[in-house]
Amino acid sequence: MDYATLLQMLDSTLRLATPLMLACIAGLYSERSGIFDIGLEGKMLAAAMCAGAVAALTGSAWIGLLAGICGSLLFAAVHGITAITFRGNQLISGVALNFLAQGLTVLVAQRLFGQGSRTPPLSGAARFEPIILPFADAAQSVPVIGPFYAEVISGHSMPVYAAFGVVALTWWVLYRTRFGLRLRAVGENPAAVDTAGVSVAGLRFAAVAITGVLCGIAGAYMSTALQAGFGKDMTAGRGYIALAALIFAKWRPIQAMWACLLFGFFQALANRPDVVEAVVRVKVPVPFLTALPYVLTVFVLAGFVGKAIPPRAGGEPYVKER
Amino acid sequence: MERLPRWADVVLVPLVSLILAFAIAAVVILAIGQNPWEALKVMVEGSLMSPYGWGYTLYYTTSFIFTGLAVTVAFHASMFNIGGEGQAQLGGLGVALVCLYIPWPHWSLALLGAACGAALFGAAWAAIPAWLQAKRGSHIVITTIMFNYIAASLLVFLLVDVLRPPGKMDPTTANFPPATHLPSLDQLPLFNLVFTKAVPANVTLLIALAMALVVWAMLWRTRLGYQIRAFGKSESAARYAGINPVRIIMISMLISGGLAGMMSINNVMGEAERLLANSASGAGFIGIAVALMGRNHPLGVVLAAFLFGFLFQGGAELGLWTKIPIEMRTVVQGLVILFTGALDMMVRMILVRIFALGRAQRMEAA
Repeated sequence: MDYATLLQMLDSTLRLATPLMLACIAGLYSERSGIFDIGLEGKMLAAAMCAGAVAALTGSAWIGLLAGICGSLLFAAVHGITAITFRGNQLISGVALNFLAQGLTVLVAQRLFGQGSRTPPLSGAARFEPIILPFADAAQSVPVIGPFYAEVISGHSMPVYAAFGVVALTWWVLYRTRFGLRLRAVGENPAAVDTAGVSVAGLRFAAVAITGVLCGIAGAYMSTALQAGFGKDMTAGRGYIALAALIFAKWRPIQAMWACLLFGFFQALANRPDVVEAVVRVKVPVPFLTALPYVLTVFVLAGFVGKAIPPRAGGEPYVKER
Repeated sequence: MERLPRWADVVLVPLVSLILAFAIAAVVILAIGQNPWEALKVMVEGSLMSPYGWGYTLYYTTSFIFTGLAVTVAFHASMFNIGGEGQAQLGGLGVALVCLYIPWPHWSLALLGAACGAALFGAAWAAIPAWLQAKRGSHIVITTIMFNYIAASLLVFLLVDVLRPPGKMDPTTANFPPATHLPSLDQLPLFNLVFTKAVPANVTLLIALAMALVVWAMLWRTRLGYQIRAFGKSESAARYAGINPVRIIMISMLISGGLAGMMSINNVMGEAERLLANSASGAGFIGIAVALMGRNHPLGVVLAAFLFGFLFQGGAELGLWTKIPIEMRTVVQGLVILFTGALDMMVRMILVRIFALGRAQRMEAA
């Protein structure tokens, strides 16, 4: 594999890791507060459809993004009310919302545009265009680092850079702010947080809302930047890969970023079996590459690569008094 | 919280949940500018008003009984097996291997062999997540989700690179030999009085019903069933009573995976007569809705499976004859899971209020 191909692979790794990263950090907030969320997939899908549809109608990717966030928040609200207010089973609620999103997105897209569950192809301002960073062209001539800067670092759309910003911000919020401390505490021992006079339900609703916003950005990125429009089931299991990455990273933000980059790299490899064949000199069937993130996650879950211990109060509804 | 009378708990709660789910489904149909009453008529017309419709409805029902029972058995051990989809696909692989590589003299023997193969492969696919849960404490929900995806990849690989007959383009196995073809309902005595033309529903329906009975007997009439239910109610109490948790987790998940795998004798052996990619086509997930609706009782599962069979066939008819996309059935599936599985506390709270109101009025009258 030559340097140009490597840069190409890294470039598409960043593109493919972005929705994973956003969804993974989204899940981190929810799960750290003690609310299991296997509905990341559904929220992303809903956001992708809302963003694609509104961007097509208004011609603005930004308004599309806003619509995507609203769509995702709606699903997050249902999950929050079910899990926090009515103390329902969080896993079942997540499964249900994934199915709802899968069906509703097709119904709405078909109703709005009648193009067989797709939204119209987006172009121009209705998509997030690549941002060329300063000096990218000038740096091309610098050996090794120059092309890396121009090809890999520069030339991505806004959400790609935003995803890295979100990771940094999340680290700061989680470990350096009062909200972060309380968030971590409410996922481990809600009774202690309650005793300290902080509302458990309030914190958890806040966390679920942040999850909704971030899944919204992830989904909007799918339909308005990574691709040009919404298509049926376009998230294709990314919500579950993000969940896998979250476990892989043991619910920590910086590690989550690396896990998502790794899984994004696997996806990039699965798109280019020819490159893989050239490197390992054996024909590797594409399904093996597709399955790799899941297999790795099972290994981590099995405790063979350090133990993944979820937040202690995860999945348990909090009852104030018994 | 106050308790509801037992009859309300068993009948009223699921009924109200179901009514709420369907009410919202009707609102969704209204919102996309269609008529819910017309939609219901098309669904009933297409799934229950002709032998042809019944043939499909019962075909889907058969699959859903298996996957519903699979989720039910795991639920009783307080395991949430979301891996029915992958286990059913692996079961399909078992069926295909048994049918393709063993020369069967008669369909009845082939059916027996295929059922064993399907159950074995399905159980094997559930065994790893079960072992990880029992021994290493890895959450069964996450591992079974991962195993669904791994199963899908594995089957794509096997169908494209290994099992595909030479010279064929489609990623499928060869057609099964005629001796393994199962009789559909129109070829069975008594049933052929109703079903005069070929239908997909086949002899597997009877096996599904028999399995429901077996699961009921296992859960409520054997020591093992008692242990499974005790473990599901309280792990610490079960442990104290000398029940081995590893054993119960393993056995209940193996039975669950085996039942999910057995679904494949219906669709792979009885209908397609070869193994296709994505053979389970979502039935594994519908099993979750069926088990929740059926309140984890085999009789409830059979009834709920029939309801979903009706929804599935009716939904297909909607896609054919109306402007409502076929995905409407995914929406209904999601709503039913949400209301019967996650929001039952809400329904119960509402009913408790109503009952309390009724009691207060009676007291005033007295």
